[in-house]
Amino acid sequence: MFKIIDKEHFSEKVVKLVVEAPMIARSRKPGHFVIVRTGEGGERIPLTIADADIEKGTITLVIQAVGVSTKKICALEPGECLTDVVGPLGQATHIANVGTVVCCGGGVGVAPLLPIIKAMKQAGNRVITVLAARTKDLIILEDQVRPFSDEVIIMTDDGSYGQKGLVTNGVEEVIRREKVDQVVTIGPAIMMKFVALLTKKYDIPTMCSLNTIMVDGTGMCGACRVSVDGKTKFVCIDGPEFDAHKVDFDEMMMRLRSYN
Amino acid sequence: MTHNNDIAPRSAEWREELRKALTAKQRGDIPRVAMPELDPAYRITCNGEVNCGISREQAVLEATRCLDCPDPQCIQGCPVNINIPGFIKNIQRGEINEASRVLRSTSALPAVCGRVCPQEKQCESRCIYNKMKKAPVAIGYLERFAADNAESVAVPANKPNGIKIAVAGSGPAGLSFAGEMAARGFSVTVYEALHEIGGVLKYGIPEFRLPNTIVDKEIAALQAAGVEFVKDCIIGKTLSFEDLEAQGFSGLFVASGAGLPRFMGIPGENYIGVMSSNEYLTRVNLMGAGQPGHDTPVLAGGNVAIIGGGNTAMDSVRTARRMGAARVMLVYRRSEEEMPARAEEIKHAKEEGVEFLTLHNPVEYIADETGRVTTMRLQRMRLGEPDASGRRSPEPIEGDIIDVPADMVIVSVGVSPNPLIPNAIKGLDISKRGTIIVDESTMRSSIPTLYAGGDIVRGGATVILAMGDGRRAAAAMAEALLSTDKSTDL
Repeated sequence: MFKIIDKEHFSEKVVKLVVEAPMIARSRKPGHFVIVRTGEGGERIPLTIADADIEKGTITLVIQAVGVSTKKICALEPGECLTDVVGPLGQATHIANVGTVVCCGGGVGVAPLLPIIKAMKQAGNRVITVLAARTKDLIILEDQVRPFSDEVIIMTDDGSYGQKGLVTNGVEEVIRREKVDQVVTIGPAIMMKFVALLTKKYDIPTMCSLNTIMVDGTGMCGACRVSVDGKTKFVCIDGPEFDAHKVDFDEMMMRLRSYN
Repeated sequence: MTHNNDIAPRSAEWREELRKALTAKQRGDIPRVAMPELDPAYRITCNGEVNCGISREQAVLEATRCLDCPDPQCIQGCPVNINIPGFIKNIQRGEINEASRVLRSTSALPAVCGRVCPQEKQCESRCIYNKMKKAPVAIGYLERFAADNAESVAVPANKPNGIKIAVAGSGPAGLSFAGEMAARGFSVTVYEALHEIGGVLKYGIPEFRLPNTIVDKEIAALQAAGVEFVKDCIIGKTLSFEDLEAQGFSGLFVASGAGLPRFMGIPGENYIGVMSSNEYLTRVNLMGAGQPGHDTPVLAGGNVAIIGGGNTAMDSVRTARRMGAARVMLVYRRSEEEMPARAEEIKHAKEEGVEFLTLHNPVEYIADETGRVTTMRLQRMRLGEPDASGRRSPEPIEGDIIDVPADMVIVSVGVSPNPLIPNAIKGLDISKRGTIIVDESTMRSSIPTLYAGGDIVRGGATVILAMGDGRRAAAAMAEALLSTDKSTDL
């Protein structure tokens, strides 16, 4: 059992959990995810690791209550346990000093983006972070990304905080202003699709992290398969990060609706 | 390879007496026992085990049929060379515990193998009765009978030797290895990636063919023998090979299985409703999809097609039947004769109303505007010349293509080795197919303290072969570790 040490509400539906998982805390790297199960009849769902504390033996997960399982997980309180947490899974993010990196995240996608922002900064990059959400209350982790970002641009659909507009408006503003060597995007599939279309126009290498349906998370079932450059890949073992310009986002969005 | 004639030698007085009691003719005139089965109409409404097991009287009579040959070929037909007449004759004289002891001296999981081994291709295919145009002795049924009905006897373990051994994976290879090492006094920890112990015996083989209680009984016996199980832990991810070394483990047995489903690479294969048999069976068997109190969803499926002709394909068609599909089709590109599935599974599937579309091969899937599969496009095939596998190879009949409605397609065309461990451990020699390369007699890899067995070495085989690998690896690793004066760390 994996005990919940701390809990914080980022918004009505978005919760941060700090979970005791010492072995995972020690072995995880930016980009890795875990599979989590709650209760004996619970589903196995993938969640990207937002942070880890080796000394305390904890990992941080950020969850948005949208389905049966995420609602159950978000309802857990400190002292209660997740039934299973297994990982770290997937390939770690390739971190290199490339120059200027724009990291753009939407919604809970900012959580898995946080360790990448940190690592990109620590690798010596100039990091510009673009955080986007529908409205002010849904902007998360702003304070945590600031220390590792040379600049933070906030975009809200309704203009209630930062600038009014979509994440792509914020990213394009930077691209027009200065030379950008790499873009990292994590968020809803539709958001990543449009970021990829934008950066393709400017020919900027762009990496995305996909969150698809999974069961085992170890390559066994193939529920997570996506088309990348016309070839079928498994997000759990080949990803979760891929060249955003090569991902078939329309197919991915279609497959996300499998059980709706 | 161990031969266990010392446990129940043919020359034993009681066996001689049994041989004298009846003539070969009298034995041969006894008809082969029929396995009592749940009625097909009833069994597709539930998950109950289809084969109910034979009674004690049936078992003794069937055991009497065995001629106790001087040169028993059945033993040669068994991948782990079980002393078959030795256990069968013990059943005949009513010594069920002794029969079980003979089995367990060679096979770690007789209750499992008695249920899932393809006996008609192994031991039973070599039975002398075949040459006499009679039905072979029902060795599989007898194995299951002995394993199910013997009192569980704790394996007498050697004095603990204090040497720590790790196992990656709790399927048949890992379990048999763990049992063998524990019996030799090693301190064994088995690491399992999933949240259940048992590997393919739990996530793959359905309850109606192998009840979980049977597997759990074997696991409990291993726990009683001191084997530790750690769930939710992936060697190469959660714990590295170096971590194991730092924790004082002296050896690692990798039995991580064939975890990567193959797809055919045809158009439309990523549409909603097309999935691997691993995904389908894992959802239903491991996650309890479709049962009350379980959150994992599974598509209901009205017209369900399963692509393939192996045991996993049979498990999938029969599962789909039980999940309430109106029409269940098995699509196989060769003819029934070439099907790799066990004869019994084919028989059971047919009894349960599965339609066999043999000599058909999918070439494309078609979906509606939301991306849900509606139709499979099948190429009709005919048999040509035998291929490398000795089976007649299928060739398309030019222009003969049909469309068949299907709202769920389960692809069951084989698996590849799970890449997690091969990718994670430096210095491990891997074949082009992605399997771990080992010395066939010792199962030792290019890393001296790392042994491997089962599907991660074979790429896709049977429970009994995986189990045999576990036993061989245990014997070799134990010898290597005990022959050195002090245990060398990883």
